[in-house]
Amino acid sequence: MFEVLQNDTLAPNVHRMVIRAPRIAKARQPGQFVIVHPEEGGERIPLTIGDADPQAGTITLFIQAVGASTLKIVNTPVGGSIRDIAGPLGKATEIEQWGRVACVGGGLGTAVLYPLAKALAESGNEVTTIIGGRSKPFIILAEELAAFSTEVLVATEDGSQGQQGFVTNVLQDLIDNPDKRPSAVFAIGPVPMMRAVAELTRPYGIKTIVSLNPIMIDGTGMCGGCRVKVGDETKFACVDGPEFDGHLVDFGLLMDRLSMYRDTEAKILEELPKELRDKIIKVKR
Amino acid sequence: MKRQMTPKERMAIDRVKMPEQDPQRRIGNFEEVNQGLNEEQAIREAQRCLLCKNRPCVAGCPVRVRIPEFIAALAEGDLPEAARILLADNTLPAVCGRVCPQESQCEKVCVRGNKGAPVAIGYLERFVADWALAHPEKLHKESQPTPTGKKVAIVGSGPAGLTMAGELARKGHGVTLFEALHDTGGVLRYGIPEFRLPKRIVDIEVKRLKDLGVNIECNVVVGKTLTLDELREEFDAVFIGNGAGLPIMLNIDGENLKGVYSANEYLTRVNLMAAWRNDVPTPIIHGKHVAVIGGGNTAMDAVRTSRRLGAEQSIIVYRRTEAEMPARIEEIHHAKEEGIEFILLAAPVKILGDENGWVKGLLCQRMELGEPDASGRRRPVPIEGETFTLDVDVVVNAIGTRANPLLTATAPDLKLNKWGNIETDEHGATNLPGVFAGGDIVRGGATVILAMGDGKSSAQAIDAYLSQKN
Ligand SMILES: Cc1cc2nc3c(=O)[nH]c(=O)nc-3n(C[C@H](O)[C@H](O)[C@H](O)COP(=O)(O)OP(=O)(O)OC[C@H]3O[C@@H](n4cnc5c(N)ncnc54)[C@H](O)[C@@H]3O)c2cc1C
Ligand SMILES: Cc1cc2nc3c(=O)[nH]c(=O)nc-3n(C[C@H](O)[C@H](O)[C@H](O)COP(=O)(O)OP(=O)(O)OC[C@H]3O[C@@H](n4cnc5c(N)ncnc54)[C@H](O)[C@@H]3O)c2cc1C
Ligand code: SF4
Ligand code: SF4
Ligand code: FES
Ligand SMILES: [Mg+2]
Repeated sequence: MFEVLQNDTLAPNVHRMVIRAPRIAKARQPGQFVIVHPEEGGERIPLTIGDADPQAGTITLFIQAVGASTLKIVNTPVGGSIRDIAGPLGKATEIEQWGRVACVGGGLGTAVLYPLAKALAESGNEVTTIIGGRSKPFIILAEELAAFSTEVLVATEDGSQGQQGFVTNVLQDLIDNPDKRPSAVFAIGPVPMMRAVAELTRPYGIKTIVSLNPIMIDGTGMCGGCRVKVGDETKFACVDGPEFDGHLVDFGLLMDRLSMYRDTEAKILEELPKELRDKIIKVKR
Repeated sequence: MKRQMTPKERMAIDRVKMPEQDPQRRIGNFEEVNQGLNEEQAIREAQRCLLCKNRPCVAGCPVRVRIPEFIAALAEGDLPEAARILLADNTLPAVCGRVCPQESQCEKVCVRGNKGAPVAIGYLERFVADWALAHPEKLHKESQPTPTGKKVAIVGSGPAGLTMAGELARKGHGVTLFEALHDTGGVLRYGIPEFRLPKRIVDIEVKRLKDLGVNIECNVVVGKTLTLDELREEFDAVFIGNGAGLPIMLNIDGENLKGVYSANEYLTRVNLMAAWRNDVPTPIIHGKHVAVIGGGNTAMDAVRTSRRLGAEQSIIVYRRTEAEMPARIEEIHHAKEEGIEFILLAAPVKILGDENGWVKGLLCQRMELGEPDASGRRRPVPIEGETFTLDVDVVVNAIGTRANPLLTATAPDLKLNKWGNIETDEHGATNLPGVFAGGDIVRGGATVILAMGDGKSSAQAIDAYLSQKN
């Protein structure tokens, strides 16, 4: 059992949870994730380790409730506990000296990006952060990211915060500006966003790393359910990733495989109490 | 004292038939197919045993269960004594009695099989084991060992790790079992379905270990959460029993379509994550027409599972003939009763998809048997130009597994063979002092009883190692 020490709401249905997990806190490196199994007979849900405090023995998770299992997790109150958390899993981010990097986060992906951006900055890279969301309430962690970024640029679809438009518009401006052009881009967010970023940087030959989020089960390479296509190879994202070269990823396949259980998920959503269902549908659109 | 039966009287008894759930009924549920013998049936079957002096059956059992001895006690109706003998030799008899390939082990060499049917050793083992589970108060009390103060870490809670844990705890060592998944049992939990091995049996066996003082920690992925080096520092010895959990992919076109599963994923969803129940959020694709590729126990489990999930048509596609199938004969027989179709001498070439990325067919190549290969089995070779397509909406790949490199990749000093399995001597010792290994991670995909045998023999080696280590 893993005790919940803190549980804040950052944006609609987005929670930051601090959880006691000393071994994971100690072993964890940026880019890694855990698998959370909230209840007996339940699903195993991968979640990025947003932050960790090895001294205190805690990890921080940023969780967007989008369905039955994530809802169950975020509804664990402070003082309550989560049944199973395994990790840290996946490869750690390869932190290199890139000089200037752009870190691009979309929606909840910003939370997944956070530990990575922090690690890049801490190892001496100059980090420009671009975060995007539907509208102002969905922009998360801007302050936290500002603490180590040279600049935090915001794009919202409705223009309610920062520039109106998409993160790719902002990134294009950076690339066009010789003083700001990044030598590497890290993009994490919805698959269409990551694809758009990769397409944008491809002609410039700017190294682009994305973090893939296929459906996972064990997270240890045992089931092959998380397979993604990168270049000509099939990879298991949980052990070979989750970060990959965005210019080689088959995003179409990833998106398609993510929809594999849409019918069941919709049915499960139907069975939730109406107010919870409505909240989730709003986030999902 | 009862009169001893004569051999002739014993020979006159026919082999018992295992009461089974009716096939039509059982394809609609996940309850156990074999219902178990009742006491009368068990005693009568036990009386068939000739109590052979040379005990060929014992030599046929990888852990040398004293078969005639426990059967003799059973024939006398002395169940506590039968249980005592059985449990002393086999830590998980309720499991082995259900899943051992008896026909190629103990029962294969049973003298009664020379003329007619062998003694149903597996059924009897199961009967005695189930009785023991139901009557813990009637069992001979185990004496509490004196603690040795030595600590051993075990990686993996499959049959190898569970056996090791029991053996070492009984010798008084402090045992901690680390398991990567959220529950114990390894393949017994996530692979073998409820209808063949009810999970309550695994639960009881695990509880027994806990009662012996074994400390069980799930959600610890050794190599990630803790490294082998860390375990070696904290514990006096380490046993690695992490299994062979890496699916071998088909590497054919269409493998990434929606509706294509590895057997590991398919069975894990259904068993470990309980997708067979309808009160859980775990999704699974309920195919109407399902093809399972392979001929082993895993393939049989997957194909029979698909039937229970509502498939109208469930097909085994295997590239050799039934004679070469590695699955237990009983599973093949049960599968057939359940209406599973067998397409033999056929190999998958390509998985066909529809415009939305879902499986819609499996293109197969007809095969014939050619020359024997290294394993002595005749190698299947394609018959030029003969292909056919199956209309299916789910494909499960059950062609096999290999060693999962997750742990070993973080322990570069540990010696592996060219397939990535850990190399050991005959006692399970690896090249690293104090590190032992056994089960599928050493043997490649093998059997429950061989994994248990490894756990048992390595436990002695570890015990010896600990006693000479100051
Ligand atoms: C490596 C990795 C890191 C992730 N990090 C985070 C994170 O930090 N915060 C966060 O909120 N989300 C994260 N996710 C996504 C998160 O796992 C899914 O949102 C969650 O599993 C949805 O489950 P559900 O039952 O609540 O929703 P459902 O309604 O069942 O599913 C909604 C959608 O989520 C996806 N999904 C469903 N089950 C899984 C699964 N087992 N694994 C992956 N995706 C699934 C599917 O596309 C599905 O359509 C991460 C995913 C991966 C693979
Ligand atoms: C579907 C199926 C059906 C089968 N049917 C039969 C049958 O009828 N009869 C028979 O005799 N055999 C059968 N087998 C084979 C048999 O189950 C295996 O040979 C046996 O389980 C091997 O035991 P093990 O202890 O070596 O490993 P496993 O049972 O594989 O257990 C290994 C355990 O280690 C854990 N683990 C892995 N990596 C780590 C890590 N890094 N850290 C911590 N824990 C880790 C795993 O999660 C798992 O729980 C079947 C196998 C399958 C897959
Ligand atoms: S453990 Fe297996 S091989 Fe040994 S006696 Fe029991 S059923 Fe036979
Ligand atoms: S070989 Fe068969 S008949 Fe002989 S002792 Fe063993 S089980 Fe009994
Ligand atoms: S989640 Fe099972 S192999 Fe990656
Ligand atoms: Mg779900």
